[in-house]
Amino acid sequence: MATQNIVILDYGSGNLRSAQRALEKVGARVQVTADFDKALNADALVVPGVGAFAACMRGILEVRGDVIIDRRLTDGRPVLGICVGMQVLFANGVEHATMVDGLGQWPGVVEQLDAPILPHMGWDTVRAPEDSTIFAEVSGERFYFVHSYGVTTLELGEHDLNRRPPVVTWGTHGTDFVAAIESGPLVATQFHPEKSGAAGLELLNSWLHSL
Amino acid sequence: MGTTPTVSLAIRVIPCLDVDAGRVVKGVNFTGLRDAGDPVELASRYDAEGADEIVFLDITASSGDRQTMLDVVRRTADCVFIPLTVGGGVRSPDDFDRLLRAGADKVSLNTAAIADPTLLRQAAERFGSQCVVLSIDARRCPIGVSSESGFEVTTHGGRRSTGVDAITWAIEGTKRGAGEILLNSMDADGTKAGFDLELIEKIRSVVQVPLIASGGAGSLTDFAQAVDAGADAVLAASVFHFGQFTVSQVKEALTESGLPVR
Repeated sequence: MATQNIVILDYGSGNLRSAQRALEKVGARVQVTADFDKALNADALVVPGVGAFAACMRGILEVRGDVIIDRRLTDGRPVLGICVGMQVLFANGVEHATMVDGLGQWPGVVEQLDAPILPHMGWDTVRAPEDSTIFAEVSGERFYFVHSYGVTTLELGEHDLNRRPPVVTWGTHGTDFVAAIESGPLVATQFHPEKSGAAGLELLNSWLHSL
Repeated sequence: MGTTPTVSLAIRVIPCLDVDAGRVVKGVNFTGLRDAGDPVELASRYDAEGADEIVFLDITASSGDRQTMLDVVRRTADCVFIPLTVGGGVRSPDDFDRLLRAGADKVSLNTAAIADPTLLRQAAERFGSQCVVLSIDARRCPIGVSSESGFEVTTHGGRRSTGVDAITWAIEGTKRGAGEILLNSMDADGTKAGFDLELIEKIRSVVQVPLIASGGAGSLTDFAQAVDAGADAVLAASVFHFGQFTVSQVKEALTESGLPVR
């Protein structure tokens, strides 16, 4: 496999160094940048994100990340969302009773989990279906989560009938939530693979080899 | 999908390293380490042993050495792919920013939050609650100090009394944006007589964020007791550094008590 050039979209969100190093560890060449052309033309784009949904959306729009992601997906070119970088790919987010628009790549609303202790912080199990690509080489492993919000119901509307349904991996914290989702070139995880030790590196490796 | 609530989250076992001018202090009794004083090498060792997270506590007195800590964080994030919390000497949102950019996932506040509680909200709004850890050094009120719960907050490593009620402070801290509490019992710390279970229970009953229990671990059975009292994670320093037992032994003991671990 030729070395893949990966761009991590730098729109001012949190610890990007770990994602960079983890991807380098499994053999990718990684640039952390907000450069439009570089993000558009990379072999794969990683959209990170921590903190608030609305703040991440603002950051992404400021660097025209919405356009970059749209164009990439139109051409079938890979995008990986991580944590809030996954959440913003859904239609909407609700924080403090206010609805914010997401990027709308998948239907669904990101809302606060109904659990006695939040954030959902730590190592948890997930239920990956057999046709998952990214979980192909890991089973029964725990991944590192840190989030208070999630997608708890996923209803595919009529406009999705022409597309293959996404491959959905569920997790549970108080309620069931989407822990990972894969639709061809568009892949996203609620957990942090770059912080999930050997299992996370294995998952990133599987993703890299699927590109 | 069903909505049967299940608890599958693993109890986190967290070694804490005190770092002074880029070197680990307190005794370190590992064999086979090239440099036992190097925080990066120790963090890697704990990672290999199954640590779920690493905490660095920067006890450097001089601000000139803060740069050294950033370098330690960077080098650790380059090779250790588990969560990293850094505390000590953090006074502003810009300090948060520097540590997060260097590769920290969470930053803990202690003395500075007591001095200026608005710092919690400032950090949470800019970086998200998930990376704001409120570190509380609590003790039973000594003679001459009183609080409603009987526990007070101390600062400067337990040397200074604040008279602030530890339970009230935990409530206020989470309202102001802390996403996790690192609860250190100054009474139990160093005694190896077990965690302060009463303190853990009291804090657990008033906060809805994850709670890390610290201080007093001396035997393998201590950890499950802290969890039963309400801790989501257990932290220890010297029992690991002196090789009294390993992270994996703690996990085995938790498993024997029927608790989930990674």
